[in-house]
Amino acid sequence: MGLLDKHLGYRAPLEAIRAVGADPSNVRFEAITSPTEGVLNGRPVILLGTNNYLGLTFDPDCIEASAEAVRQWGTGTTGSRFANGTFKGHAALEQALASFYGRKHAMVFTTGYQANLGTISGLVGRGDHLILDADSHASIYDAAKLSGAEVIRFRHNDPDDLHKRLRRLGDAPGGRLIVVEGIYSMIGDVAPLKEFVEVKREMGGHLLVDEAHSMGVLGEKGRGLAEAAGVEDGVDFIVGTFSKSLGSVGGFLVSDEENFDLLRIVSRPYMFTASLPPAVIASTLSALKRLEEDASLRTRLSANADRLYDGLRDMGYSVGPHASPITAAEMPDQATAVGMWNALLQNGVYLNLAIPPATPENKSLLRSSVSAAHTPEQIDAVLAVFEQLGQEFGLLEGRRRATA
Amino acid sequence: MVELATDLTVREVAKAAETVLQRPVNVTPDTDIARDLAVDSLALMNIVMELEDRFDLSIPLDRLATVQTVGDLSELINTLRTKA
Ligand SMILES: Cc1ncc(COP(=O)(O)O)c(C=O)c1O
Repeated sequence: MGLLDKHLGYRAPLEAIRAVGADPSNVRFEAITSPTEGVLNGRPVILLGTNNYLGLTFDPDCIEASAEAVRQWGTGTTGSRFANGTFKGHAALEQALASFYGRKHAMVFTTGYQANLGTISGLVGRGDHLILDADSHASIYDAAKLSGAEVIRFRHNDPDDLHKRLRRLGDAPGGRLIVVEGIYSMIGDVAPLKEFVEVKREMGGHLLVDEAHSMGVLGEKGRGLAEAAGVEDGVDFIVGTFSKSLGSVGGFLVSDEENFDLLRIVSRPYMFTASLPPAVIASTLSALKRLEEDASLRTRLSANADRLYDGLRDMGYSVGPHASPITAAEMPDQATAVGMWNALLQNGVYLNLAIPPATPENKSLLRSSVSAAHTPEQIDAVLAVFEQLGQEFGLLEGRRRATA
Repeated sequence: MVELATDLTVREVAKAAETVLQRPVNVTPDTDIARDLAVDSLALMNIVMELEDRFDLSIPLDRLATVQTVGDLSELINTLRTKA
């Protein structure tokens, strides 16, 4: 008996998906030619699920900064900050993040995933209470396990439900950390953060917001949902990632919390892993600067988001509650989702196939994320493919919304 | 008395499972949650959330590590209730 036999339950579903056409877990690009285009089987494909919200992966300044850093500092740090030291770039990036968010402290992690692991497991442990939105990202759930805290879930985006569960905890000893996300990654819905902050203030505890998908997307300055909702002073910890709007890889935490520096020695996912290579730090720093200085990126992103969302909704697709850079079209079942995903790919549109158990309420979704770098023509081309395939798959019959 | 409480809890577990799974289920204390009910970890967490509301009780997820059968889950709930 092989050690992987326990996962054999996944074999049949995986093979069934592979039998339909391309393997969603193994799409191989011959080239990536821009933030919004790649080459598959010799043909250009529009990238519509990259989370590359500001389209900065090919930004000339970011590339230049990265190239200069790799020449000056080498390809890697080959160890953790504790063991091999902090390079100039790490400190500069932490300072830039703290100042961008107007917080006293910032800490950089090697991925966004580790930022959640390292932050949450550093803040709460055995005997503390961790209160999570039910639709939290896998990194938050994994952080919960690593922390050893008592984990309670509340119903997605439901402040009353959070209130009820905090009430149940009563005056049980231990700290309380509430975790929510800015924009949820699967259907693009936004947390009712103002209400969550009110509940926190009434019931006590700390609030952490994961702005992975909302940094550079929401807020006048691009700081995310806390800024957009006007409640930054009610949010104790902000976690984010460099892998989306900043176009690289890595994660961070900012906060005003006292004794912040202790996190650097108690957080295992920070301590026991190599720090980010200088080239990554350098492009991230450049991208952050661009995010701060160029509000037109957000304007373009939001126009593209509206264009795709309105287009799909008006055709009759079932989409999320409001426009956002993430738009997911709900498919009637998994087989249709897989069929549509393949047909979209064959017609030059690559987006995310999102199926249970990774999706809320076991939905089958075609998840797209737009970028400021998409042209209106690219969005229209995508919409034309959706229209044609929607007809072929019988998804739109009698569902077109009357447009004014 | 203890047995009676367990029976009642088992019935509530069944009702919570039916609410979450949206299908009728047949359970005894020996029912294996993952194998017999085809409940994955997400569905189990949703059933627990439902049970928290039915019993007005906190059931921390880390306590589920040792839960395999409906009987285990009922026992956990009864333990948490007597502590509360
Ligand atoms: C909400 C959320 N948090 C954290 C992460 C992890 O970020 P990263 O992919 O940069 O490790 C992601 C994305 O994968 C995410 O969607």
